[in-house]
Order: sequence, then structure tokens, then C-alpha cells
Amino acid sequence: MEVPILKQGEVLIATFQAALSDADLEHLRRGLVQQVVRFRSRGVIVDVTAMDVMDSFASRTLREISHMIRLRGAETVIVGIQPEVAFAMVQLGLTLEGVATALDLEEGLAYLIEKFKNID
Amino acid sequence: MSKREITSRDSEARGGPAVEIVRSEAPSELLRELVAHLRQNRTLLREEWVVRISETRLLTAMTKEEIFAEATSVYDSYVEALETEAFEALQAYARNLSERIIPRGVETHEVVGIVLLLRDVLARSLFAKYQTDFKKLNRILDAYEPAANRIANTVAVGFVQERERVIRQQQEAIRELSTPVLQVRERLLILPIIGVIDPQRARQLTEQLLRGIRTNRAKVVVIDITGVAAMDVTVANHLVQTVEASRLLGATVIVTGLSPEIAQTLVTIGVDLGKMNTVGDLQGGIEQAERLLGYKVVTLAEPRQA
Amino acid sequence: MAINSDQDIVAARQKGRALATELGFTTGDATLIATAISELARNIVSYARKGEISLKMVHGSSRQGILIIASDSGPGIRDIRQAMRDGFSTSGSLGLGLPGVRRLMDEFEISSEPSQGTIVRVKKWKQ
Repeated sequence: MEVPILKQGEVLIATFQAALSDADLEHLRRGLVQQVVRFRSRGVIVDVTAMDVMDSFASRTLREISHMIRLRGAETVIVGIQPEVAFAMVQLGLTLEGVATALDLEEGLAYLIEKFKNID
Repeated sequence: MSKREITSRDSEARGGPAVEIVRSEAPSELLRELVAHLRQNRTLLREEWVVRISETRLLTAMTKEEIFAEATSVYDSYVEALETEAFEALQAYARNLSERIIPRGVETHEVVGIVLLLRDVLARSLFAKYQTDFKKLNRILDAYEPAANRIANTVAVGFVQERERVIRQQQEAIRELSTPVLQVRERLLILPIIGVIDPQRARQLTEQLLRGIRTNRAKVVVIDITGVAAMDVTVANHLVQTVEASRLLGATVIVTGLSPEIAQTLVTIGVDLGKMNTVGDLQGGIEQAERLLGYKVVTLAEPRQA
Repeated sequence: MAINSDQDIVAARQKGRALATELGFTTGDATLIATAISELARNIVSYARKGEISLKMVHGSSRQGILIIASDSGPGIRDIRQAMRDGFSTSGSLGLGLPGVRRLMDEFEISSEPSQGTIVRVKKWKQ
């Protein structure tokens, strides 16, 4: 299952459509890093609103995405984690430490714009 | 009435006239005779029952008049259940009775007790009536006992179920009351926790807060634990999890009301408070929350950046 | 349900959620159950390559629940106690798998023989 990556100015937006397999997640990770390089993006939003399960693999992939993109000088924010999913994640011990999170797409964009301003 | 069919088939199979005579007194017929007896002696038996109730010190929460009124209804429902062998009406009455007497503190043993007393009072009157005809007495009791036991069972179960329903309802009400998620400013929630936190409550609290963050689009949450009675390692871990889960939804949590004693205990047992943003009291917590929110508003409103 | 690939992990957790919802679990509990299945299936794929997951409805004295059995005939776990400690892993993952699953569920049982395989049985009761 392909994850569409949308370019919106300096920001890339990846929206998870439904349940993703490990292969899909890895594909997404590679794709995002490549596109950040290609478009010289300053920020990435990963929208996981549609994800109903976030297990250790998905969580680790999100962390890797965030860290690799930071190495490219850009910021990542994960948006749309559902309340039940967040509860299950902390039970599992998955807290996405060091990764920025926001309520939804709108909040994620506001977060990135704020970040860019502080850098400029 | 499958029972009667079996009986008649049975008697056909045996065929003999002697058997027929015995079988003519089918259980239902015996019950009818029994019911007629109980109706005739209603006043007397009911009176005796009420006397036995007060002698045994049951239903002490109720007045004599109330006991008499209930006794009359129970007696009539009881006889009706014996007659019709239908227990729905009695069941409904038992539930209704329970609903009325549970708030007055009537206990399970009292309700079971009075029904068993009635069973015994009625059985004794049957002994008295049929004492000269032992065989008949036996047959009458054969018909009476299963029905009487079923009645006792029905009433007891009805009472216990009603009690459980009331308890469940109260528990839910208490839980709802004890975890209010309050919105004090736009995007700012306050969760004052009072009392004892067990794992079940901790979970409910977290789920309610997470839903609250989503519906109110909260950026900052102040959790005030001034009213928390005791904090052990389990409760502390729940609190840490709540803070972490809130962050996954993009909200910052400030914990207030952590007393020096509790803080000391937590450090001693090795709870990592480093992940928690703590402020002395609720007032200070709200002030910091407003700074967090306000800081953002100011920078975004900066015209040069537009 | 046979678990042979990462596609099967997704299918298993989707089935688990569907069954949990059908049994009347809350969305929150259904999410915990689906997440636990995902982790158990992932362990099978990463350590044993193939195995099975079965889901059953169970009856307690006064409540209903769901039983998940994850079994494989892979290399097994040498030291279960160590595997149940947070942070332990032999395949370079986060190593939160088993202790995390135990926290998600109400009951947890594991048996494992080196080079024979592993069976994990977990239950969640309806509240």
C-alpha cells in the first residue's frame, strides 16, 4: 500500500491511509528521506490519524524517520495519534521520545512554522 | 403444560384404575386445594407471619404498618405464584420491593429470611390441616415444597440483582464525579484528582483526559494531585504514563500539588520524575500553563513575520 | 491463522480487533488487544519466521474474555525471565515485546523450549 507524500511549500506531508505492513513503512521511510533531499524541505508532517494500531515496529520507524530527517537539517512532527492508540502505546512503553507530536495537521503545521521562525 | 401431558401418558401406560385414582390428584390439583386453603386463612396466616418477622427481628428499618402492608402484598403474590406457577409477576414485585427497601438499608439476609419464614408458616398450617391424613399431607407437601422453594429463590435472586444494579450505578456515578476534566481557558484543561487511585480508575482517568484533549484541542493540561491520598510506585507509574500519552497527542502536562513528602518517597522508590513538569501548587501551574499558551499567541501575532 | 510474513501481522491484528468488537469490548480495549496481537505476530515473524495465532472467546465465572495463543516451532527462548525484563532483545529490536504485551493484557503465560518453539497465551477480560 503506497503512502502518498504531498508537497506543500517547504513542508512534506505523508498521510497514512490505513493499516500498513512493515514493508510499506520501510518504503515510506526511504521515500520521505529521498524527497526531503530532493525538494530541500524544511519540515515533514506524518499524519497517522488513520492508524488504529501503533506497535513497536511502527513506532521505531517513526523515530527513525524523525532522526534521519533531522540529520538532513529538517524537522518532523507526528500528528493525529488517536487517544486509544496513545494509551496502548504507553502501555507498551512506546513514547516516541525525542520526536515532536501534535494533535492534528493544523497543529503540526503551526508547530513547524513556529520552528522555522525561531531558526530564521 | 407439558408436565400434565406426561402424567396422563403415564397413567394411560399403567392403565390400572387404582393408579388412576391416585393420579387424579395431579400436583396441579393439589396446588389448587392448597391455594384455596391459603386464601381462606389469609388474615390469620398473614398475621402469624408478621408476628414471626418481628420476633426474628427482621426488617427493623421498617415500621410495623409498613411491614404489614408489604406482608400483605408479598402474601398475595406468593399465593398467586403458587396458583399460576408463573413467576414473572412475583419477580417484578420482588424487584419493585427491592428498589423501595434497598435505600432504607434492608439487607439480603432479611429479605431471604422473611420469605423463608412465610414458607414455614404456611407449611405448618398445612401440617395442622392434614395431620390426620398423613399420605395426603405428604402429597400436598410434594406439590408445595418445589413451588415454595422456587418462590424463595426468585425473590432472593431478584433482590440481589437489584442490589448489584444499584451498586454498579453508584460506582459509575462516583467515578464520573471523581474525574472531572475541566476546561478553564481555551486549549487549557485542568484535571483535579481526589482520593484513591487504583489501576482501574487510573485507566479511566487517562482515557477521559485523552478524549478531553482531543475534543477541546487542548495544548496544556494541569493535573492537580493535591487531593491524592497516597502515592505508591504503581500510582506514580500511572501518572507518568498519563503524562506520556498526553504528549503523544501533542499536549504538555504540568503536575501540581506534589507534596515534598510524596516527592521524597517517589525519588526514594526510584520513580523518574525527570519526565514530569512539576509546579508547586495549582495556581502556579495555571500561571505557567498560561505562559506556555500566551507565549505562542504573542509570537504568532507578530506582524513582521506574516 | 498462519503467520508467515509482515502482511499476516496486519491481517491478524485486524481479525483480532474485529472479534474483540464483536464480543463487545470497548474501542480502547479492542486497540489494546489488536496491539498485543501485532506484537506477538511480529515476534513470530522476527524470531521463528513462521507460526500461528489463534483467537478464542473464553468464559470466566462472571465475564467474557478473549484468548490469544501465539505458537511457533522456532529457536525458542533460552532465558524466559530475562526475556520478560524490559529492554531485553536478541534481534536488535526495541526489546519491549513480551513485557509490553503482558502490560496490555490481563493474563499472560509463556512456555518455551530451546530449539522446540514458543507458546504464548494471553487473555483479556471484558470490564
